[in-house]
Amino acid sequence: MALSDKDRIFKNLYGFQDWKLAGARARGAWDNTKALIDKGHDWIINEIKSSGLRGRGGAGFPTGLKWSFMPKNDPRPSYLVVNADESEPGSCKDREIMRHDPHLLIEGALLASFAMRAHTCFTYVRGEFMRERERLETAVAEALDAKLIGKNNIHGWDFDFVVHHGAGAYICGEETALLESLEGKKGMPRLKPPFPANVGLYGAPTTVNNVESIAVAGDILRRGAGWFSALGKPNNTGTKLFQISGHVEHPCVVEEEMGIPLRELLERHAGGVRGGWANLLAVIPGGSSMPLLPASICDTLTLDFDTLSKLKSGMGTAAVIVMDKSADVVAAIRRIAYFYKHESCGQCTPCREGCGWMWRVLQRMERGEAEKREIDLLWDVTTRVEGHTICALGDAAAWPVQGLIRHFRSEIEARIDRYQAAQHQQAAE
Amino acid sequence: MSVRRLFAEQPAAFAFSAENEAWAKATIANYPPGKGASAVIPLLWRAQEQHGGWLPEPAMRLVADMLGMAYIRVYEIATFYTMFQLSPVGKKAHVWVCGTTPCMLRGAEALVAVCKRRISEEPHSLSKDGNFTWEEVECLGVCANAPMVQIGRDTYEDLTPELLEKVLDGYAAGNPPQAGSQIGRQASCPAGGPTTLIDFAKADFTKARK
Repeated sequence: MALSDKDRIFKNLYGFQDWKLAGARARGAWDNTKALIDKGHDWIINEIKSSGLRGRGGAGFPTGLKWSFMPKNDPRPSYLVVNADESEPGSCKDREIMRHDPHLLIEGALLASFAMRAHTCFTYVRGEFMRERERLETAVAEALDAKLIGKNNIHGWDFDFVVHHGAGAYICGEETALLESLEGKKGMPRLKPPFPANVGLYGAPTTVNNVESIAVAGDILRRGAGWFSALGKPNNTGTKLFQISGHVEHPCVVEEEMGIPLRELLERHAGGVRGGWANLLAVIPGGSSMPLLPASICDTLTLDFDTLSKLKSGMGTAAVIVMDKSADVVAAIRRIAYFYKHESCGQCTPCREGCGWMWRVLQRMERGEAEKREIDLLWDVTTRVEGHTICALGDAAAWPVQGLIRHFRSEIEARIDRYQAAQHQQAAE
Repeated sequence: MSVRRLFAEQPAAFAFSAENEAWAKATIANYPPGKGASAVIPLLWRAQEQHGGWLPEPAMRLVADMLGMAYIRVYEIATFYTMFQLSPVGKKAHVWVCGTTPCMLRGAEALVAVCKRRISEEPHSLSKDGNFTWEEVECLGVCANAPMVQIGRDTYEDLTPELLEKVLDGYAAGNPPQAGSQIGRQASCPAGGPTTLIDFAKADFTKARK
């Protein structure tokens, strides 16, 4: 059963309609938001909790639970920070929200901030998203003019929405690195604890949420937690923006139900795998940091947090990167390893040194210029990076390499054999 | 991490234009009192835009003075964040070619080859006429429209080497093509037409596309 249009939250996903306030209102945004606010802080948090919404930025932590961690009687100001530093390779959904339906984000931010007793929301947009930032800033100005936000607005909860931006660092998508960057420092992650809900931005209670998690809040509260939780699968509820890239006929972003089978997603919306389903080699189901899965287990694969983590991969941001049989899978992972080498902040030695090391070894393995024992050595190094760093970038760098070895070890070995055979041949001549 | 150093030849001084000075003051006021350092990236970015696309060292000191930060803290920011260009860029365009896996799978390496041939063999070095520079960057977040490049504020998507040549021709002639998909797609809608929201796309509140 495909998701029906009436159950889609992002009705202007592709920008066919007006993205400004008038269009957003026509699609249902800002419709009697006051009534939702009048139900109180706790009602909002409980409703989000019972909707089963899990964070859309990659980790899948229950959003309502996260909101409930914020202190209720604290003399310090509370902050909501929206993470719009969308940089995970394969992910391109927050961009569509910001440029085509920015009011969903602003309204969601008001509701979330009210629930957490925050009067200020900072949205950290990645530096490269300049047009998206312009749209968001325009939408904020419209909302201020209409007295939807700002001081003495019609909702009775003073609320400032500040659009901030970065300047090209993937690591700033990590929540504590983002806070450091927002404070005007290098984006180097902080040790946790203390968690941001206790000591976050400027030392004050802070919750960091992904754009999509916040943008869906208005619809969930308006239509009810029951509506959202009836979609998808138990513990993996609701709808999700899937981003399909790589070797499909028609790459696209599309909103679908959580738990949709991979094959159905690709064939219904993306025109299928290039050259047909049988031509599939592997998929990366959740953005570059998630281990790839080989075609052999893709026939019945469903896309949701629990299924994918059981397969030692992950839902991540639901960025599905497809590789057909023409893809050089070792080169694809080598390029991901280079990405992590480039984006490591350099704070923790295992990541700073390990990412470069993994990339250099994969460069040789791509050509077959390696020894087979080095495959085990490479695996061993990944386990020494994984779990040994302050933030999850170390894990994110290690997992794709582990996925490659787990599922394509024979491919690496075959390259080594071919390379060595060519060397022997040359020596003999 | 990447090694990034300041350019050898620096201008003697840098000052914000009156308009940018006013903008900077308003931006600093977005943050709580005493937290002006939060504005460091936006201010450095504005300085880079004013200075023809690259960030000179005197601008870093100016921003540090405006925000009450030690110079080294601002140097750290300028060298940590890779969107700050530390050496001069092409007068007409500095091309970011996305090279990360989703773009690579759809042919980004061929786009890099176009840049090497047309602009310069090495990234960050000026073309002979001084009008262009290029660099390969990490994922720009436009993966469903891969491969792509970004020039200034705009993205050029769904490229082939031939389409990239056309984009570069446009910039060379001072007449850049319309940003977005270069094969006529609407944003990240499937190329074959929408598979969802078909009735919504036709709804009467379709007022504006841009």
